[in-house]
Amino acid sequence: MSRVTMAWLGVTCARGIPCEAVATVTTQQPQRRAPKTGRFSNSVVKKTVMAVSGIIMILYLIAHMIGNLHAFEGADEFNEYSHWIRTIGEPAAPHGTVLWIIRLVLLASVVAHFWSAISLWRQARRARPVAYVTKKRVQQSFASRTVRWGGVILLLFVIWHILDLTFGAVNPAGTGTTPYERLVASFQNIPITLFYVLAMVLLGLHLRHGIFAATQTLGQTNKRRERAVNGIAYVVATLLTAGFLLVPLSIASGLID
Amino acid sequence: MNLTLKVWRQLDRTQKGKMVTYHVTDVSPDMSFLEMLDVLNEKLILEGDDPVAFDHDCREGICGSCGLMIDGIAHGPEQATVCQLHMRSFKDGDVIDIEPWRSGGFPVVKDLVVDRSALDRIISAGGFISAPTGTAPDAHAVPVPKKDSDAAFDAATCIGCGACVAACPNGSAMLFTAAKVSHLGLLPQGQPERDMRVLRMVAQQDAEDFGGCSNIGECSAVCPKGISMETISRLNHDLLGALRAGAVPTS
Repeated sequence: MSRVTMAWLGVTCARGIPCEAVATVTTQQPQRRAPKTGRFSNSVVKKTVMAVSGIIMILYLIAHMIGNLHAFEGADEFNEYSHWIRTIGEPAAPHGTVLWIIRLVLLASVVAHFWSAISLWRQARRARPVAYVTKKRVQQSFASRTVRWGGVILLLFVIWHILDLTFGAVNPAGTGTTPYERLVASFQNIPITLFYVLAMVLLGLHLRHGIFAATQTLGQTNKRRERAVNGIAYVVATLLTAGFLLVPLSIASGLID
Repeated sequence: MNLTLKVWRQLDRTQKGKMVTYHVTDVSPDMSFLEMLDVLNEKLILEGDDPVAFDHDCREGICGSCGLMIDGIAHGPEQATVCQLHMRSFKDGDVIDIEPWRSGGFPVVKDLVVDRSALDRIISAGGFISAPTGTAPDAHAVPVPKKDSDAAFDAATCIGCGACVAACPNGSAMLFTAAKVSHLGLLPQGQPERDMRVLRMVAQQDAEDFGGCSNIGECSAVCPKGISMETISRLNHDLLGALRAGAVPTS
């Protein structure tokens, strides 16, 4: 590699050689920056944390999406399913234990996912202190471009979603209602349904990029597999988005009530 | 062809730069982009102005010296180095923005010249093998599977121009680092240092104020040598393998 670095003229005076006769051109080497030590300062390790926590959340989303479809079986079946989630593992484990383990694993995943995202985001900002006057996109996808802000919006959505359907705090039907009543009350409200649609489309975009990126980060892609991995990312993202939207749109359009 | 150029002018590392507009007339479509800049500089020198500083060396597309952001695309509209970009890719009357590579790891030295020695320091952190010196061994003394030698050679075509860093929305040098890691890591001669190499080179990449990879793929799309995103996957695979083998990511 040929490098043109900043050169300066130094004058050497030694062994009787006239000073002005010898000019040495030296390449100035900036101080070598010492890498940080420790496993979690490494950007690839941060990405791995992001990939693994993302995969845990995707597995949960698949189960969650399938569970939601109980709404089509009617109020009793849906409420019974909701109750069953709290009784998994009984009588070996006390009431709600498994549910709380799932909740804690998910909370840890969200925290880990955000820690790595914020850390890499800050690193990326340091990496381009002066912005380009003109910068064109050559091949990046819309999904990859929206993944960071989409993630922030999804976090806000998740908080609101739990307050709405799990606790009922911001639900039109209020607290002390059955899960099915809260579900119907939310999605008979058009603004709430629109917010869900927006969040689920963002989720689809997030997954479309995230599934490919996680596979790549875990070192499992190559030229041959690239098309297949991208295909799987599209299919999983579309299935999850469509599956999650089935129930809200059915209620909003009056198919079930 | 007559062109309007908006060129980034910056006196040195410490001063702020700005875009300055120049007009170049009688540009032949057969000129390379660098020859067009030479024409501009001749005009500037005749007018008593300071010529625009830009890096260039072989002008054959193999040294990796010339690197410019042309109209927001690293190395301009063709997937080749700037010296291999010809003015026939532009139209008469075009307005062309020319900027240096922008990265925390590439401080601007002057105008369009950036200091890319950060890439050299990534290489020196682990881009080497230990081999006994003496007479050269027979070419067939160490057999290498064809698949591996092809992939290693593809990675070895990296000329270290820095376009991957310039194009990356995260300012990451991961494609460069991955090419260097793959190139040695795929060959039997590169095995003794394989784990240490990937850990040290990634650690140095992070320390040089380059970003982290988010698998967007802009790097590979502008790489004049067409280095594939596959190499980044291979780097990730090697790094995770090294961690599983008990290595600690320090330098």
